[in-house]
Amino acid sequence: MRLTCPLCGERDRREFYYYGAEDYLHRPSEGAPLAEWDSYLHLRDNPAGVTKDLWYHEAGCSQWLLVTRNTVTHEISSVEMVAGRKA
Amino acid sequence: MPELIAKSALEGRSLTLGGVTLAEVDVGPITSIALLPGGAKAVAKGLKPLGLSMPEPNSFAEKKGARIVWTGRDQAFLTGADCPDMEGAAVTDQSDGWAVLALSGAAAVDVLARWVPVDVRLAAFPVGRALRTQLNHMNVILLRSGDYAFEIMVFRSMARTAWHELEAATHMVAARAGVKI
Ligand SMILES: [Zn+2]
Repeated sequence: MRLTCPLCGERDRREFYYYGAEDYLHRPSEGAPLAEWDSYLHLRDNPAGVTKDLWYHEAGCSQWLLVTRNTVTHEISSVEMVAGRKA
Repeated sequence: MPELIAKSALEGRSLTLGGVTLAEVDVGPITSIALLPGGAKAVAKGLKPLGLSMPEPNSFAEKKGARIVWTGRDQAFLTGADCPDMEGAAVTDQSDGWAVLALSGAAAVDVLARWVPVDVRLAAFPVGRALRTQLNHMNVILLRSGDYAFEIMVFRSMARTAWHELEAATHMVAARAGVKI
């Protein structure tokens, strides 16, 4: 598996650390209902198809990356930097 | 005030085997320049006296012994020159935190290929490029300083391990070259 880091270019999987679902980018606002926090912390989809998750370019540029990939075909359709991205 | 003597991690050792030379080199002061939001103009001004500017990703540039190396998003290392006073960036002295190894010779590329998970052949990694990647399990900054020459910046605490890995690979590449098939 390879990821094309927007800064470093195409790199081997061993350079990256997997963090988890994209959900971590959508932190509930302060005072949000408990159900929202529960969902943010614990509830994850497990799609057969397109999914988005966070990877860290640990052995490269140290950027957090948002990766869109397909769990069925293993196709990686985009790798974006989390930094500077519009929410 | 006692006079402190700066000592490099590997006492400047060197090794030549099978046409490959591995040597610790002294690149002088190493300063990290990390841009603050909106600081690009001020940093450009600060670097001007050196004839340098913030490098593009995966590259480095040199002017009169001073070198600026891309080390990440909005971040670079200035080596070989004292960093001018500047606004717009977090500027930190990193000189004693790093060791720098020079690897050169026709087979240097084969030695690196045993440890580095990127294509280091000249066509894919030309002179003037600088990458952040790994040497085995160690994070390094890898520079293509010449057609047959590389520089490897590694955390000082890992200098001996880096040397060991490169020395071992140099032996293996030399041994393989000696085998007649
Ligand atoms: Zn990267």
